[in-house]
Amino acid sequence: MFKVFDIAGSALSAQSLRLNTTASNLANAESASSSIEQTYRARQPVFAAALSDAQEAVGVDVRGIVESQAPLRQEYRPDHPMANENGYVFLPNVNAVEEMTNMISASRAYQSNVEVINTTKQLMLKTLSLGQ
Amino acid sequence: MANKLDNALGIHASALGLRAQRSELLAANLANADTPHYKARDIDFKAVLTDVQDAQQGNGLRLTHARHLTTTGAAGSPDPLYRIPLQPSVDGNTVDAQREKAEYMQNAIQYQATLHFIDGQIQTLRTAIRGD
Repeated sequence: MFKVFDIAGSALSAQSLRLNTTASNLANAESASSSIEQTYRARQPVFAAALSDAQEAVGVDVRGIVESQAPLRQEYRPDHPMANENGYVFLPNVNAVEEMTNMISASRAYQSNVEVINTTKQLMLKTLSLGQ
Repeated sequence: MANKLDNALGIHASALGLRAQRSELLAANLANADTPHYKARDIDFKAVLTDVQDAQQGNGLRLTHARHLTTTGAAGSPDPLYRIPLQPSVDGNTVDAQREKAEYMQNAIQYQATLHFIDGQIQTLRTAIRGD
């Protein structure tokens, strides 16, 4: 039963990483740049079950963070300080609606895992006081 | 002495172990609620407990050879089964967070009930030992 803490804990760190990437994406939603290579791209963590072929209960593993390959926004703003020689600036491919739904999903998942840890803690304490 | 104590607690000691194992599986399901291709798993509690009960009362399959098979593996390590999804998601995940949460809470209450039964047995033994 102590494994529950490891499992729910791995989910907590995975979901908080997801919240971090969401915050980073939203913060950089308007970070303009003058070339395609230098523009910020939306980042998403990749979740995978740790040791998925094992028979017992497994936690979550973050396999890495990938950058979105969606096309960047290109705007004609000749007066912008970052504009290139043709007068264009490049803006990140962050989708604010997607990020907000991601944030809600992550925070709900975080809450339910905290609840699991709390319940398990109470059960363990009750088991410890057995027969007293 | 230890054997007699095991018998005194009856089916509840095995049930408590099973409940703890089930809580690990349900916590893993909740932890992997956002993991692509993760399949929710659970133990068929009734079937496993019936097997344990049969084994204790000698009603199960009679093993006359060391390499004979039992009905469900060893009594202590039941095979988790895959849950049939109600609304599977596009990424191949079959975790229904609401259902898993409900099952987890139910399992926690049943764990406490089992603890209560064991506590009662211990109090009975104490009364018998003290004789007052």
